[in-house]
Amino acid sequence: MRVGIIISHIRPEEKLLISAFQARGVEPDIISDREINLEITAGPEQLTPSGVPWNAYDLIMERSVSTSRGLYMLAMLGSWGLNAINRYETAATCADKFLTTIALAKAGVPQPTARTAFDPDTTLKAIEDLGYPAVLKPVTGSWGRLLAKVKDADAAEAIIEHRQTLGDYQHHIYYVQEYVNKPGRDIRAFVVGDRTICAIYRDSPHWITNTARGGKASNCPVTPELDALCVKAAQAVGGGIVAVDVFEDPERGLSVNEINHTMEFRNSSAPTGVDIAAEVVSYALSTAGVTA
Amino acid sequence: MTAPTCPTCGADLLVPANAMKHELFPCQDCGTELEIVSLDPVAVELAPEVEEDWGE
Repeated sequence: MRVGIIISHIRPEEKLLISAFQARGVEPDIISDREINLEITAGPEQLTPSGVPWNAYDLIMERSVSTSRGLYMLAMLGSWGLNAINRYETAATCADKFLTTIALAKAGVPQPTARTAFDPDTTLKAIEDLGYPAVLKPVTGSWGRLLAKVKDADAAEAIIEHRQTLGDYQHHIYYVQEYVNKPGRDIRAFVVGDRTICAIYRDSPHWITNTARGGKASNCPVTPELDALCVKAAQAVGGGIVAVDVFEDPERGLSVNEINHTMEFRNSSAPTGVDIAAEVVSYALSTAGVTA
Repeated sequence: MTAPTCPTCGADLLVPANAMKHELFPCQDCGTELEIVSLDPVAVELAPEVEEDWGE
């Protein structure tokens, strides 16, 4: 069994995954995305930076912190027909909030209302159509970066002008989401294959609850309702190993905010009591034909 | 073995015992984020700047 892990750098998650592979008797090769030098038109027999042909691997896990590098590598590995996790289709959908929203809508997964506009004046109209407050998000991005809770037209105009002036073309694609008045927390659920293995509440006095922004993690029981919603959401974006962010609305119930395809979980095994790395590795090895 | 020093403040660094190549860790004196670029001998560089597409 030969496993490669593509990384940008080693986070606590990658250390946990490496240990989990070692516990299963597998010593993974670490492949730095900074050292990758691909001949795109050639085949998978070309060598990785570790000196091993790409097609020597039974499994390649993509864990780049760089979303774009990870996506390109998954596209390459997928075109070669290699066993990579997650699949390119899953990663590409999750990496783009617009595409995620489409996929969830198509599958009938409840989610906050969202609109997209491409022109500054039309974006103002889109925000008004949703109603204030609304949340402006970059279509790509993570860790709660560059989210803006827009409370009125003055604030909206200022943010749009900044994005037009300072942002690249991606910031001129405006994704606006209905603001959900959540109860000081949201839910991060971890889906591995066809199971929600565990979930955490992320409590924060701030409206952005990401643990990367200081949200505090505690165990969230995985109810049948939460499990069904999260598995359905994961399947809607292509399945695999994903983290589903869920809002609780006192009137409308649960809805899916967004989905992450290279999830971080350093703060989540302790409160849930679930060895997330072991679950991820077990699932990943099963895709290569290895069962416990 | 000589301890590596922080490229920002010059402090002798306490590299984590189970450190791995490409792991990030902060200088215990100035907090600068560093990356382990070699284990034998241990060498560090300033960690890459966070880019806009970084995340999960």
